[in-house]
Amino acid sequence: MSLAEPAALPVATSAAPRLEVIRRFTTRFKASLPAYLLLLPSLVFLALFTYGAMGRVVLDALYQRATPKAPVRFVGLDNVSAVLADPAFTGAVVNNLIYAVGTAVPSIGLALLFALALARTNAVSSALRAALFLPVLIPMVAASALFMFIFLPNVGLLDFYIGRLLPVLPNWLGDPDVALYAIMVITIWKNAGYYMLFFLAGLQAVPEDVMEAAHLDGAGPYRRFRHIILPELKPTFLFVIVIATLNAVTQVDHVFVMTQGGPSNSTNLVLFYIYQQAVEHYDVGKASAATLLTLAALMGLTALSFRTMANREGGP
Amino acid sequence: MKLMDWFTRDAPLATRNEITPKLGFLLTLLLAIVWLVPFLWMVVATLRPASDGINAMAELMPSVKPTLDNIRDAWEIGDFPRYTLNTTLICAGILLVQFVTITLAGFAFARLNFVGKTPIFYLFLMQLMLVPVLLIVPNLSLVAQLGLYDTLTGVMMPFFASAFGTFLMRQAFEAIPTELEDAALIDGASLLQRIRHIYVPLSMPSFSAFAIISVTSHWNDFLWPLMVINSPDKRPLTVGLSVFTKTAEGTQAWGTIAAGTLMVIGPLLVTFLIFQKRFISSFVTSGIK
Repeated sequence: MSLAEPAALPVATSAAPRLEVIRRFTTRFKASLPAYLLLLPSLVFLALFTYGAMGRVVLDALYQRATPKAPVRFVGLDNVSAVLADPAFTGAVVNNLIYAVGTAVPSIGLALLFALALARTNAVSSALRAALFLPVLIPMVAASALFMFIFLPNVGLLDFYIGRLLPVLPNWLGDPDVALYAIMVITIWKNAGYYMLFFLAGLQAVPEDVMEAAHLDGAGPYRRFRHIILPELKPTFLFVIVIATLNAVTQVDHVFVMTQGGPSNSTNLVLFYIYQQAVEHYDVGKASAATLLTLAALMGLTALSFRTMANREGGP
Repeated sequence: MKLMDWFTRDAPLATRNEITPKLGFLLTLLLAIVWLVPFLWMVVATLRPASDGINAMAELMPSVKPTLDNIRDAWEIGDFPRYTLNTTLICAGILLVQFVTITLAGFAFARLNFVGKTPIFYLFLMQLMLVPVLLIVPNLSLVAQLGLYDTLTGVMMPFFASAFGTFLMRQAFEAIPTELEDAALIDGASLLQRIRHIYVPLSMPSFSAFAIISVTSHWNDFLWPLMVINSPDKRPLTVGLSVFTKTAEGTQAWGTIAAGTLMVIGPLLVTFLIFQKRFISSFVTSGIK
């Protein structure tokens, strides 16, 4: 309390200006009141399910129960170190990295190809765009149901048609060395059409007259692509890479439906690990610690996307 | 090569002889066909009678004696009308509440000045990055504490506020001339009346773009409802389909699985084919759902 005393003095001596400041602030606050009331419904739900959830992840990660019915006790960073020491988690992280790169690169590459080929709008290109976009619309669970048959050993679609060409075929979803790649095929099929839309939008920004001028100067298709189109698409690339990476962490329903992380954890991804800890092992502490680590790992990416999006939205 | 000529007919004259764009187009055409194969198989397998045998299951040529048996079986095994109802309720409930929250918040950001506008804007922006599906563990315990475990409301609640929707509405409202509002102000219209009678009717295109994104993404949600819902009669389509698939897989009833999948995605595909342009432009604005 002794610290507060000197600070109280200037208030006593200059009460009038200080009051003025408070009064001005309250009038500004009163003027802001309608805005706060309008924001209130959104803020309540954001507070409960976004910021509050963040806070609860941090808290839950610091506590542990010995058995599901036992009282919680504070364990500090034990959960975090337990998760980091869990080979299933580190395995899931490695799988998720392979999965992220192995889905983002091909689907973005294909998306760019599709966009370049279908940039001109006519009946044929519209139909092809629609065909490539169809997988985006359907639930991942439905895609999994279809691909479960496609990958079915012996009688499945893939073995039925490709089996005539290749003598030995792997068990696509049953072989630990192959299953993760089979899962990746579904993601690429499902997302390429989505990213194509952003490249189509980005290509609109490429000035037609510059392209023509380059052509008159003797630049072939490759050089026009390399020196005019690619630089123009840079922001699109950045944006699509962010979305593809987020998708690689969050869009993993097919693992739940098709492989349950198996065979021998070869398709276990981080979100599935979190789900297993929470729902199958009732270990909220460990699940929260894994969530926390995932969120932290996405921080670099989020900072990047934050800036991109703030630019896109144009600030407040 | 007729198709090729047709494809390049509105390219600049001088570039029509270049080979690379044509190869790119051919490759895309080929891949588009490959992209459609799973859908084609789904339709063919749905109509294939079980008497064709398991070895003909992968055949993409339609069966000579098509049947609706698979659809009937899927209809009887899975509780699809119930699942469809649940999914519809979830999507409609989320959308209704979102309309209110994003209109009000979007208006505040578009037209009002208030203390702390910038920090609050960034608070909203944060939601775009803290993807709800990553917060399933804390949100599940909150939903349970609120007594909403195993209820459709519990499934809907985390999505009632939408930063993406708020920004979309803010943009739409900013484009509306203030003169319109001033006129209403002179006539003595209150804030809510001005929002209701001036801003909302003029922003319908943005609302419908948002509705498309919101409904398709929640129609497809799987993990969150899987965790919240326990009773079979409250399952949405995605969870219902996954359970149905598990059951039918055991008996190798692939025709039935194809029929069930067709029933789940049929409505989405038909809606898309009707409103194709709208869907595509909405998805372009979405970026992050």
